[in-house]
Amino acid sequence: MEISGAKIVVETLIEQGCSTVFGYPGGQIINIFDELYLCRDRIKHVLTAHEQGASHAADGYARATGKVGVVIATSGPGATNLVTGIATAYLDSVPMVAITGNVPCSLIGRDSFQEVDIVGVTMPVTKHNFIVKDVSRLADTLRMAFKIAKSGRPGPVLVDIPKDVQTAKCEFTPESQPVVPYPVNFASEDKLKKAAEIINSCERPYIYFGGGIIAGKASDELVSFAEKIDAPMGCSLMGLSAVSSDNKHFLGMQGMHGHYASSIAEDEADLVIALGARFSDRATGDKNRFSKNFRIIHIDIDNAELDKNIPAYLAVQGDVKDALERLTSMVEEKKHESWSARIDELRAEEEKRVESARSGRELDPFAIVDIVSEYEKDANIVTDVGQHQMWTAQRYPLKKPRTFLTSGGLGTMGFGMGAAIGAAEATGRRSILFTGDGSFGMNLNELATSVTQKTPLTVVIMNNGVLGMVRQWQTLFFDKHYSNTTLDGRMTDFVKLAEAFGAKGTRVFTKDELRKAVQESFEYDGTFVIDCAVDCDEFVLPMLPPGGSIDDIITEIK
Amino acid sequence: MDKQYIIGVIVSNVAGVLSRVSGMFTRRSFNIDSLTVGETESSEFSRITIAFHGDDDIKDRIIRQLDKLHDVKEVEVLDRNETVIRELLLIKVRNTPETRQDIMTAVEIFRSKIVDYSPSSLTIELTGETSKIDAFIELVKPYGIMEMCRTGVVAVERGERCLKTVK
Repeated sequence: MEISGAKIVVETLIEQGCSTVFGYPGGQIINIFDELYLCRDRIKHVLTAHEQGASHAADGYARATGKVGVVIATSGPGATNLVTGIATAYLDSVPMVAITGNVPCSLIGRDSFQEVDIVGVTMPVTKHNFIVKDVSRLADTLRMAFKIAKSGRPGPVLVDIPKDVQTAKCEFTPESQPVVPYPVNFASEDKLKKAAEIINSCERPYIYFGGGIIAGKASDELVSFAEKIDAPMGCSLMGLSAVSSDNKHFLGMQGMHGHYASSIAEDEADLVIALGARFSDRATGDKNRFSKNFRIIHIDIDNAELDKNIPAYLAVQGDVKDALERLTSMVEEKKHESWSARIDELRAEEEKRVESARSGRELDPFAIVDIVSEYEKDANIVTDVGQHQMWTAQRYPLKKPRTFLTSGGLGTMGFGMGAAIGAAEATGRRSILFTGDGSFGMNLNELATSVTQKTPLTVVIMNNGVLGMVRQWQTLFFDKHYSNTTLDGRMTDFVKLAEAFGAKGTRVFTKDELRKAVQESFEYDGTFVIDCAVDCDEFVLPMLPPGGSIDDIITEIK
Repeated sequence: MDKQYIIGVIVSNVAGVLSRVSGMFTRRSFNIDSLTVGETESSEFSRITIAFHGDDDIKDRIIRQLDKLHDVKEVEVLDRNETVIRELLLIKVRNTPETRQDIMTAVEIFRSKIVDYSPSSLTIELTGETSKIDAFIELVKPYGIMEMCRTGVVAVERGERCLKTVK
């Protein structure tokens, strides 16, 4: 039977297994929204307050489940509002399909009302993108978009659909199955053998892993591997939650605001085994001084990441789960006693330094994180970007993969609200958003969405009245010139604000008040904002200064 | 060590493919010396020839990034010693009774040809390797170049060796 392009879009989304999509209607996408209305018992659409929120929600949906997140927006400003969300997903390798309407083909290129070349705009921040000008190509193009989004190293794909393609009719036959990803590349046996030899002969191995372990579902294989070769592990921000925080080999996040023990251990290692990670500048510091003492084995599914940022002694392209499985069977079981003793020493030293660097104020950031985690069971932990993000990343005890959602690569302030809503939609579990007054201010309009959706959501604002991360840099490197980072003129009352949106809210100053508020929020089946008073001079420590190396590590600010 | 590389790239012959390829170079801060594109014997594919300067590391990064693009089907670094490399030049020089004979001699020696003749201008067509084109331009410069246009290099490997995608 012939059906319209708009109906083909919705039928293909359903065929590809989408149960929930996020978006915002508009003139050039209205036909697709009409079909969403007609199919509302088969596919749910979540209306957000702003297209950016929808793109982060689709991203959160994907991060929490590994499924492809879908966002739909109209042409022009609707499409450009997605760009930050698409770029966020691109930098963190999140599978996403963004669908945009566009003006009819005959009006393209004439600067028509709400016309923008979104394919051109998003080319550098998508894995691939399409404009569909022939309705007979529509279904297969959408299927290809899903295939590309979830193949290999995942990422976002945009499909732009002019209005006349949505109204044109065409024969449509649904596929019985969602598309399968392209076959993965497996690591070469020779290279793995070589890797095993290097690992067998090293004395101080260190494992640096990233988000690839989560995307590649390789958590168990990683833990067995670390156990067998008796190596400590640290990770990039994106690697968090891949391994349980209480794993005895795990030292926490490394890098600019990483744990002292993992950063130092990496520096003292004679072999770094990088798994599904890309040596971002935030994880490595100064490239030239990095890797002076050790050899690197780098395993990644994306060939373009090998030797991109840091040259590896041995670079291996391949699926990390399979590579780890095979590598674990090849390596000898080891106990590195003096190395383990050194690691224990570093952990003890770290504990001392962390305690002595804490301000001792009633509601210091770690106290907030600790209290929330005491009560939390099985939630999606989501952050925005800034100091609160680093405090949460350093401190929050994570148990299962895909439970920590944060914008790592792009560092998108305002990511949190959308992502928290998307994750709760996808999992049916509560989301806890740690945010700051700066980040929250960027997309707090999405309270309207979470209230509409009755999303179980606890928002913990670490409210210090400043843009704390930039302020920290100004304190350290700009002679305390607090240029445009002080927000105390804003006078925002976040409790009233929450109430104005139809959510609940409370302001807390003490640990006891926070405990009570957290409990209350968990009992409430909706959005609950906890506004925590935090001092403006709480610092994120340790810190490797930008461009610095491990020798410049700051663990205390007087 | 910096040197010039020439790569052959087979891409799907679809709208926007040139933007994707050239955009990757811009975004990753790689410089292009020249880029040419044209359809292959199959209308499904185009072949892009790119010349760029860089070291071995840059060359590898370019190849890997190109390989990641969905529309890129094959990338190969062409070995200069095993490859025919050509560029086409169209150059219009001032035609005067005093210089005409010298220009004609140069045209002959370079085995180029005059493709347009007017009392005041001569348009010359020349094919060859980049160095030959450069030398010719230097030679006619004193006579007054009115305008010129060069294609950038195209290249195919000698003998049986071919890029494989288009079959």
